[in-house]
Amino acid sequence: MSLFGIIASIIDGVLVGSVYGLAAMGLTLIWGVMDVVNLTHGSMIVAGMFALYLLTSVLGITPYATLLPVLVGGFLVGLALYWIAVHRMIGRAPLMSLLSTFSVNLVLIGLGTAVWGTVLFNVPVSFPGVTWQRYTFPGTHLLAAALTAVIAACLYVFLYRTRLGKAIRAVAGNRQAAELMGIPTTRVLALAFALGVALAGVSGMLIATLFPFTLLSGDAYQLKSFVVIVLGGLGNPTGALLGGIALGLLEGLVTPFIPVSWTLVIEFALFVTVLIAFPRGVFALRRS
Amino acid sequence: MTAILEVQEVGKSFGGVRAVDRLSFVIEEREILGLIGPNGAGKSTLFNLINGVFRPDAGRVRFCGADITGASPHRVARLGLARTHQIVQPLEAMTVLENCAVGACFGRENLPRARAQEAAREAAVFVGLEDRLDTPAAQLTIAGKKRLELARALAAQPLLLLLDEVLAGLNPTEVERMIGVIRRLRERGITILIIEHLMQAIMSLSDRIVVLNYGKRLAEGTPASVANDPQVIEAYLGDPALARELAGKTRA
Amino acid sequence: MLRRPFFWVIALVVAVFAAAPAIGNNVELRESLVLATVYITLATNLNVVLGYAGYVNFGSIVFFGLGGYLCVYLMGAPAWPLPVALFAAGAAVSLLALVFGLGILRLRGAYFALATIGVNEGVEAFVENFTPFGGSSGLYLPVTMFKPLGGPMAALWIVYFLLVAIMGASLYLSYAVKRSKFGLGLLAIGQNEDAAQVLGVPTRRYKALAYSLTAFLPALAGGLYFFKSAFIQPSDAFDLTFSTEAIVIIMLGGQGTVTGPALGAYLYEELRGWLLTSDTFSNFQLVIAGSLLLIIVLFLPGGLMGWLYGRWPRLRSLLE
Repeated sequence: MSLFGIIASIIDGVLVGSVYGLAAMGLTLIWGVMDVVNLTHGSMIVAGMFALYLLTSVLGITPYATLLPVLVGGFLVGLALYWIAVHRMIGRAPLMSLLSTFSVNLVLIGLGTAVWGTVLFNVPVSFPGVTWQRYTFPGTHLLAAALTAVIAACLYVFLYRTRLGKAIRAVAGNRQAAELMGIPTTRVLALAFALGVALAGVSGMLIATLFPFTLLSGDAYQLKSFVVIVLGGLGNPTGALLGGIALGLLEGLVTPFIPVSWTLVIEFALFVTVLIAFPRGVFALRRS
Repeated sequence: MTAILEVQEVGKSFGGVRAVDRLSFVIEEREILGLIGPNGAGKSTLFNLINGVFRPDAGRVRFCGADITGASPHRVARLGLARTHQIVQPLEAMTVLENCAVGACFGRENLPRARAQEAAREAAVFVGLEDRLDTPAAQLTIAGKKRLELARALAAQPLLLLLDEVLAGLNPTEVERMIGVIRRLRERGITILIIEHLMQAIMSLSDRIVVLNYGKRLAEGTPASVANDPQVIEAYLGDPALARELAGKTRA
Repeated sequence: MLRRPFFWVIALVVAVFAAAPAIGNNVELRESLVLATVYITLATNLNVVLGYAGYVNFGSIVFFGLGGYLCVYLMGAPAWPLPVALFAAGAAVSLLALVFGLGILRLRGAYFALATIGVNEGVEAFVENFTPFGGSSGLYLPVTMFKPLGGPMAALWIVYFLLVAIMGASLYLSYAVKRSKFGLGLLAIGQNEDAAQVLGVPTRRYKALAYSLTAFLPALAGGLYFFKSAFIQPSDAFDLTFSTEAIVIIMLGGQGTVTGPALGAYLYEELRGWLLTSDTFSNFQLVIAGSLLLIIVLFLPGGLMGWLYGRWPRLRSLLE
């Protein structure tokens, strides 16, 4: 393979990786704010994928127009999930919130497989690509990365420039102190959880414009999100985006040389190594 | 007299702040050494450096002649150095007896499970928890949890006991009882290093006092001499009249 | 030990498991009990790490699957006899667990749980790509493998009795650990790891030891289970459903109790059998397992035994 080919593969990896970063931002936002690992993350990504499929094939909506409904729907589902499975776990042993979100994930995946089975779905999306040398970057990849950048920027503005966003960050920093300052912490926690789920859903929808998927695809993408957030540092949305890009870069770098089926093994090895060697994340910014 | 614990030039920084700054002092066998200083002076950090929760950036810690600098907390505990926590850390779902059994099993005596039960019972009775033996630790009052901290440390049959504000948050009656327990500990031959904010209590309990300020040793000596030290008065006691009053209450 | 009531409970359970299908040579009953022995073995061993030390392991099936793979592999091309292959597989898996454990058990709480999901996914992906283990199509054993045990009929009975013995050993192990100094240390870790360490518990060594110790019997069970079916493939060996079911069973019966996992396994197996025969529910096994787990976590975090012990504290001193 030529040098150009490798560079093209890396660039494409970075485009796709940014979408992984978007998914991971949802997971890490929830973790950072309420110390809950949302194990429904995988099924929420899948829910986004199926939302794209149903909205385009049944209602005939243009693929990229589903972004807003998915965002709003994900937010509402996230609110419901918070009240069902997470609210009662706040302040209890971490084991309990792991198990409660894990069990909801089982229910959702179980219901999904009962309805749709585990067959492969594919949503045809066409968008003109960009050609460089002999390599064409698919338009879907470019657009997914661009939309990711827009959403990430909106999230940044929301968290750092609005009152509500500042409330979320305050609760993440010190819940008790935030409560004493008059911030309604429960509502802020619900909001953060819903936002995290909405991000997972949107990233699932974007991933579905790139690759075919099954109902069980969530596990693999959830693992990718974990890798990304340990790279980026837990509870750090900016780090998550960088981590996603790094993971995409790595995938782009190895795919020309290693069979695709090994990618998961490599990602797992990376995951455990990083967890052990850099427990605060590779891209973790120095925070007190 | 021989030294049981030697702290030599120990230092620790957190993100550029020197919590403990090249600090040295010695504890003699069978004495009660008081450690005082304003909030943030580095007292609890010093405890964590001694028992291995933190590794010092510089200096050495020697316990009974052995170098324990940077040794992990469980090894330090095994050597006979037990401690209590400023913020109580009960093993919530376990009973008082089980809590103490953990101390006995993994302490200096390294007792087998069955014999640890006896040592645990004895320690719990010693601090006055005899009618709470089978109560889960989570159900104790704050005073009960403080006593449990002490009982657990005691069950390990330590040579040296580090007490981190065991009197804080107790009402006057409970303070009296706890002071009685600490006095009886000394009669059993246990050396004690104690952090305390209750001036009257520490002045009457301690043989010697070390005063910390900004991680450094500000003064050292008998309670009376420390209470009259102008530097200490300025940094910590604030009011010379109060200091005189305190000096009057010391055993010296 | 003989005066402890729980010892006799274990003996009774083992005797019932061994005798029930043997009387009248009831092969159908035996096959349904095979799964129960596996459930109890997996849940009981997992409980030592999850219930005692408080570390959620979402990938406990790795031990079972790897034990199966190693045993089937060693009986295949190298043609080792069953006992040797079985023991070698168990020892190798325990050793691997020790090495893994020393690494990933440095992680606390949620970080560890995530790593265990990764371990399961990673090992499965590795085996799928590992040609000596047959890749994704798996490994087969020839029927002649059953000959040294007196033919297929006799062999299946022997395997069953061995599985019952492993189940009994698991129950006894979990009981012995709970009453030991080692168990006291694990319980302390489960409550407050920092405090435990300050009290002198060698936390890292104990955690890794628990992880490794509880890998051995599930690995043996896996070896026997896949020897019995003479076939192993990644999707069966590393079926996450099994790991999930083990967690549901522990939480149902009562995490951290000795009897809970066995009781939970029995109830879950009954429920599952009932659901599988029902047309409406047979497709919703995961949904029901998940709902059950959610209800327990939300409303009955101590599980059935935890609830019973709460109502009758004397029962705890009798059984634990």
